Amino acid sequence: MSTYTGLYYGVKPVRRRAFTFGQAVLLVFLLGMAAFMLLPLVFVVVNALKPIDELLLYPPRFWVQRPTLANFGDLVLASSALTVPFIRYVFNSVFVTVTVVGLTILVGSMAAYALSNKHRWPGQELFFTLVVSALMFAPEVTSIPRYLIVNRLGWIDHYWALIIPPLASTYAVFLMKQFIDQVPREIIEASIIDGATDWTIFWKIIMPFAQSAWATLGITSFVATWNDAFSPLIFTRTEVMKTLPLMLQTIGGGIARAGAGAAATFLMIFPPIIIFTFLQSRVVESMAYSGIKS
Amino acid sequence: MATAGQVIERAVARPAPGRFARIIEAYRKEKVALLFLAPFALAFLVFTVAPVLTAIGLSFTYYNMLQPPKWIGLTNYRLLFLDDSVFLIAIKNTFIFALLAGPLSFTACFLFAWLINMQRFRKPLALIFYAPSLVSGIAMGLIASYFLAADRYGLLNNFLISIGALNQPVPFLRDVRFIMPFVILVQLYMSLGNGFLVNIAGLQNVDRTLYEAAAIDGIRSKLQEVWYITLPLMKPQLLFNAVMSIVSSFNVFWLAVGLAGFPSWQYAAHTIVAHMYDYAFIRFSLGYASAIAVVLFLFTFGLNRIVFRALSTRGDY
Repeated sequence: MSTYTGLYYGVKPVRRRAFTFGQAVLLVFLLGMAAFMLLPLVFVVVNALKPIDELLLYPPRFWVQRPTLANFGDLVLASSALTVPFIRYVFNSVFVTVTVVGLTILVGSMAAYALSNKHRWPGQELFFTLVVSALMFAPEVTSIPRYLIVNRLGWIDHYWALIIPPLASTYAVFLMKQFIDQVPREIIEASIIDGATDWTIFWKIIMPFAQSAWATLGITSFVATWNDAFSPLIFTRTEVMKTLPLMLQTIGGGIARAGAGAAATFLMIFPPIIIFTFLQSRVVESMAYSGIKS
Repeated sequence: MATAGQVIERAVARPAPGRFARIIEAYRKEKVALLFLAPFALAFLVFTVAPVLTAIGLSFTYYNMLQPPKWIGLTNYRLLFLDDSVFLIAIKNTFIFALLAGPLSFTACFLFAWLINMQRFRKPLALIFYAPSLVSGIAMGLIASYFLAADRYGLLNNFLISIGALNQPVPFLRDVRFIMPFVILVQLYMSLGNGFLVNIAGLQNVDRTLYEAAAIDGIRSKLQEVWYITLPLMKPQLLFNAVMSIVSSFNVFWLAVGLAGFPSWQYAAHTIVAHMYDYAFIRFSLGYASAIAVVLFLFTFGLNRIVFRALSTRGDY
């Protein structure tokens, strides 16, 4: 981020400090939009706190009158009707997401280092072109053969099926490469003279330098994995292996478990938002690098 | 960026004598780099490259997973375009969706990033605008269906009736006229995602002195400033965003399922991905579903090439 504090030398700049009428209108518009953007999130919180009679109240009321945490208790109990305890879905989601995020950062950064300008090998450019091309189509395109391959590997209904395929994340490699390319060559040359191996350079120089890039990658892959319903849907069979989005689809909407559904929706949507709130500055810092130079 | 064609040309055009020896020597020297690449390369080959090739291969076969695939040439494609009226609906919907939601979300990502970046409280504002994009398609579909429900329980219907704008509840998600517009609206609502953040970051990195220099050169309004300075400077980010918004708008499936059900009423929100999912994982007609995947692949890829060409020509300096 640039904080400019220079002098203007008498030239009147375009940016003025005074608060004009136009700026006031703009601010009001943005605040209105912000309220609109917050609407579903507030709704989810409010709904999760509503006792069952308020959830089914007619005519419906947006705000909660007598907030209670009973729905979360219901969620844990109502799950006996789901054949698998609720905590199992939470465990599956957390375990799969954390593993995928960690491995994606590691595998993606390692590949990015090999593809960065710190190395030169024949075919490097071609390989990176392939990676960029793969950014240009939806992963759904490959879902059928992916299913066949996972099936052939015997991974159906195993955690492997949910953890390994996402590691082919081209976005991870793309983002990390943009960053690693910026690491000054002199630092690396100096450490090679000092006898550092590629492994040491990777851990001691590259990874610390690219910290904000992994924050971005972390949140992106967290959101993608946490919210992904496609892979668990096609790669799992038994209820024991399913993750939160699928559970939400099963119990969501029904009147019978309205309370549990509201609580589950809350638990589903808030983790990514909370994590992002903590990482926001780092994420924005690194985002400037995710451009395609043409 | 060099295209695949250019890269291949360059690789092929190298002088012949001692070429292999030199290549092997180069690989030997970068042994460690290749080891670093190996885990990703393996996953990429097995779960991306091989699947694309397999999908193309399977699209020329009849395959139901029980019997080995049987070669049937172009039959799948002929059925797809000549006999499958639902597929044509899916294509139409996907294109309406991509051509409306894609450019609109791309524009909104820039517009809001630009407006928010001028504010003093840009951090909390950015967080609020970004938050809906973090919500899963299924969850957002569920939430939106509370607002849009057909009976008087629906908050929108309830609100419109209470202010007297409506006499009777409108079944927004069961009426063919309303399903698509609402799916597009909710998608737009969730579209201030990574593209939006990329723009905020890009805007913060624009060198302030350029604006001052431009003021001297006679740039007067904020609009001129954004058109002549900011946009050209942010070309790489914009290109990246354009690609991402095309990919994600072609990709829409879960939100449509969450909002309109599967299959949706009179296929009003049926997309190419939905059609593929139907044939692949419900009817197990994998050859046919692969043909759908290949068509989707060609559409997305083709559109991205066009966007690339269009954006690459503007403002080169």
